Amino acid sequence: MAGPFKFELVSPERLLLSEQVVQVDLPGTDGDFGILEGHSPFISTLRPGVATITMPGGAVQKIFVRGGLAEVSATGLTVLAEKAMPLSDLKADEIAAEIRNAEEDVTDAASESARQAAALRLAQMKDLAGALKAA
Amino acid sequence: MASLKDLKNRIASVKATQKITKAMQMVAAAKLRRAQEAAEAARPYALRMTAVLENLAVGVAGRDGAPQLLVGTGRDHVHLLVVCTAERGLCGGFNAQIARLAREHIRKLLAAGKTVKIVTVGKKGADSLRRDYGHLIVDRIELRGVKSVGFDHASSVQSKVMQLYAAGEFDVCTLFYSRFQSVISQIPTAARLIPAELPVREASSAALYEYEPGEPEILEDLLPRAIAMQIFTALLENAASEQGARMSAMDNATRNAGDMIKKLSLEYNRTRQAMITKELIEIISGAEAL
Repeated sequence: MAGPFKFELVSPERLLLSEQVVQVDLPGTDGDFGILEGHSPFISTLRPGVATITMPGGAVQKIFVRGGLAEVSATGLTVLAEKAMPLSDLKADEIAAEIRNAEEDVTDAASESARQAAALRLAQMKDLAGALKAA
Repeated sequence: MASLKDLKNRIASVKATQKITKAMQMVAAAKLRRAQEAAEAARPYALRMTAVLENLAVGVAGRDGAPQLLVGTGRDHVHLLVVCTAERGLCGGFNAQIARLAREHIRKLLAAGKTVKIVTVGKKGADSLRRDYGHLIVDRIELRGVKSVGFDHASSVQSKVMQLYAAGEFDVCTLFYSRFQSVISQIPTAARLIPAELPVREASSAALYEYEPGEPEILEDLLPRAIAMQIFTALLENAASEQGARMSAMDNATRNAGDMIKKLSLEYNRTRQAMITKELIEIISGAEAL
């Protein structure tokens, strides 16, 4: 089993988590990926989804992240998320609110490219809501 | 000379004012601590964001098809000034300083033949710029009733700016706010938002990252976020500065009120004594006359 490495989860408002962890699974824009100790330097954008963090000792923490970026460097993994909260705190109506937001973005979008980006976010949010309901 | 009753009333009213300024000072002190904590908490994110951006920018800058947000439109004819001030007054020169800096910039830009557009954040800035440059204000954002600035507020400002940019309304965007140095000194600052201002670094110092998706896509995703973050940082600094400025202004006011009370009490006592003396003289001279 791989050794622990430094993991930091930061939102604009505060540093949410800074701990030694064993494994982190993240929802990347191009697909989910897992990070273990000694990963090569790597940067990926994230889609709204759930980050699964495995602590040393096997405890698992699930955190909802939206609008972010993951950076793996020699010193560890840093996730910059616009919004992040433990999955247990995430209520169904908040997801519904996020979806409504995304829908408004789609209708309000000024340009075609903005509209496409908003539509993509909406689809991602709906995926997530579906996945959570199934879980 | 003012009558005793008048003096008494004045002393009472100054005392009441002093109580208010004292209370405001203490409230500002408490709020300042919270604002500073918030500014502190936002720092890790801002630092990391800049670090990642720098790495990316080194690779992309100078190449064709670099994102517009990074390199600009190539013109600098239309300037957008985002002026962030407080919602409330009674904080010393805080709002005036920011407005003055913005006004100087506007004057220079207009003299150079540029077109200027203004977006104000916060009511006070809008009020003081409206007099001279009201016709230049394209939008006003008010954060009324906002207890503590959240990232969402910064996002809403950012999306406004991005909308204008997407519509080709301006070429260069500058952000005005007050940097918090200490309770007694806040420095009005102008920071360029678009095109992004990044310290130039040697390409060799950038770590070799693997990117997913490609670098340009990440950069495109990241730049608007970085702008939002910059606005957020500015709003937080502003909040701390505002409370700091209010604290020292109210401290001054409290002290002035104290001085005034002392002076008025002295006058009151003198008047009282003069009246007693006068009455005594009247009685004594009355008795002597008999």
